[in-house]
Amino acid sequence: MKPEKKALIEVKNLKKHFPVGSGLVLRRRAGAVKAVDGVSFDIRRGETLGLLGESGCGKTTAGRTILQLYRPTSGEVIFSGRDLAKLGRKELRTIRCQLQMVFQDPYSSLNPRSSVHEIVSEPMKIHNLCPSSEYSERVSDLLGKVGLNPKFANRYPHEFSGGQRQRIAIARALALNPEFIVCDEPISALDVSIQAQIINLLDELQDEFKLTYLFISHDLSMVRHMSHRVGVMYLGKIVELTDRDQLYSDPQHPYTKALLSAIPVHDPEIEARRSRIILEGDVPSPANPPRGCNFNTRCPAAKRRCFEEEPDLREVSSNTWCACHFV
Amino acid sequence: MLEVRNLQTTFTTEDGVVNAVNGISYSLQRGEALGIVGESGCGKSVGVLSLMRLIPEPPGKIVAGEVLFQGRDVLGMSMNDLRALRGNQIAMIFQDPLSSLNPVLTIGKQISETVLLHTDRNREQARRHAIDLLNIVGIPDAKNRLDDYPHQFSGGMRQRVMIAMALSCDPLLLIADEPTTALDVTTQAQIVDLVMRLRKELEMAVIWITHDLGVVAGCVDKVIVMYAGQIVESAPIREFYSNPRHPYSIGLLGSLPKLDSASRQKLNSIQGLPPNLIDMPDRCPFLDRCKYRIRDCGMKSPPLRNIGSDHEIACWVDVGG
Repeated sequence: MKPEKKALIEVKNLKKHFPVGSGLVLRRRAGAVKAVDGVSFDIRRGETLGLLGESGCGKTTAGRTILQLYRPTSGEVIFSGRDLAKLGRKELRTIRCQLQMVFQDPYSSLNPRSSVHEIVSEPMKIHNLCPSSEYSERVSDLLGKVGLNPKFANRYPHEFSGGQRQRIAIARALALNPEFIVCDEPISALDVSIQAQIINLLDELQDEFKLTYLFISHDLSMVRHMSHRVGVMYLGKIVELTDRDQLYSDPQHPYTKALLSAIPVHDPEIEARRSRIILEGDVPSPANPPRGCNFNTRCPAAKRRCFEEEPDLREVSSNTWCACHFV
Repeated sequence: MLEVRNLQTTFTTEDGVVNAVNGISYSLQRGEALGIVGESGCGKSVGVLSLMRLIPEPPGKIVAGEVLFQGRDVLGMSMNDLRALRGNQIAMIFQDPLSSLNPVLTIGKQISETVLLHTDRNREQARRHAIDLLNIVGIPDAKNRLDDYPHQFSGGMRQRVMIAMALSCDPLLLIADEPTTALDVTTQAQIVDLVMRLRKELEMAVIWITHDLGVVAGCVDKVIVMYAGQIVESAPIREFYSNPRHPYSIGLLGSLPKLDSASRQKLNSIQGLPPNLIDMPDRCPFLDRCKYRIRDCGMKSPPLRNIGSDHEIACWVDVGG
């Protein structure tokens, strides 16, 4: 399916800071972990936007903040003309029908005491989607869609393998006919041969139900496979946002370059010919990010300006946004 | 240098006997790097733990097989001899560096412990040796960091400390059990780079266990694919990636998206799930998921057979041939 030009969701300068307390008895606010620190992008109807980054870069927090599972510190999330960040609980609940999520760990995201039927029908119950007499039929229908035997509806999560549980989680996300699904590392807890099954399933469902995905992952080749456009995050900020092919063939930001060169390619011929950019050191703490450009502690091309001035995310060529002074 | 013959390990559980490792054989030359690839539960870790006799008994038991390290039988060794071997000639690094380090001892203490046990260096010399090791594995400001505790290091740095410990007695063989699984890609690149550089400098043999076919492609000489406790394919690295012959290997490689493939091509996933390892019948373990099965596959488990140039598969059909 070709994504439309029109944005389904616009994220504007979204920030989520978690307060850090100090002192045992009288908790004082000592600072903040800037998990997401000024992220802007839009997601077009019918597209998959990949959000790529290493652990701790804020990609999961970004996904959750967009869905208002965490209320943002500041910024806007515009969905069908309304700013989700300003909605009250009741209004949010109604609009959440259209916004769903698939979590990383299918072992902890399903209630072990509920049967599959209860898990998948619960959203319908909460949102009064259809009369209760139709639940069974709809659950069977959904299970069939995600490739599970509808007869399994009365079983419990522990009777299923990781891949099957992820299918249940996907069925639950589909139960309300959402427009937009945040897939937060949906395959990283699964084995390789099972990962491909889930990826193919997500692909098929997107075509069938005209879904829009935010696909969050640290797996560069899976993000390439799934996405139309890709945003790369580092330390709470987007450093590069562009079309998939552009990103993988001609990365602009020094971090993206290093990240792409670090992916192991499953072909010894290519591996032997590649030169790796090995980054020194670790990601700095988001509670105490460096002055200037976030990446200046590890950047092989850092110059004086990078330590003084923070680069903005700017459009360096059509459809390519990059946050680096020297691109 | 290392020879493993028909190694079999079982675990006795309430539900029955689990055949975790079911007759694996391979050998390793001095300085060679071997990759063992497989999904979780395929027996790749238990396989190497068994050859160091690190399987908890009970419930685990090595029921058959032979492990020869430099001509000496490891499985029949006394505990004292075994202790001299472990950490000294064969060293190991694990997947999760935080749980393999002792949280209440400084890393200096932990590194020098091995040195004190296996060599006749005294405390002061051991400490200096530990500083050298930390320098080798690329920990900045090694001298001052020696008195830090594991929680003061990041994941990648902890793995470096583990590697420093493993190298402390110049081992002949380093076993790396998914050392980069818990790490990010950029850190993974650092660790792979480090181990392979050290391997050349110290002429160590390396067994690298992973589920990531990408990681081994760049760093080993030979690869073994395991499935349900058995070796299903074994081949030199280039041969394996250009000409995989077992249906499972072909499926695994097909389920990875290629970085140069056309947009959103459907992945060739393997259908179904891995089999239950309890009371496995004598037939090909991959049978239920295999696209190429013939009648014979259900009758008898295929043995590993040579199909030319060091390439072995356990399949009655030989798909690529």
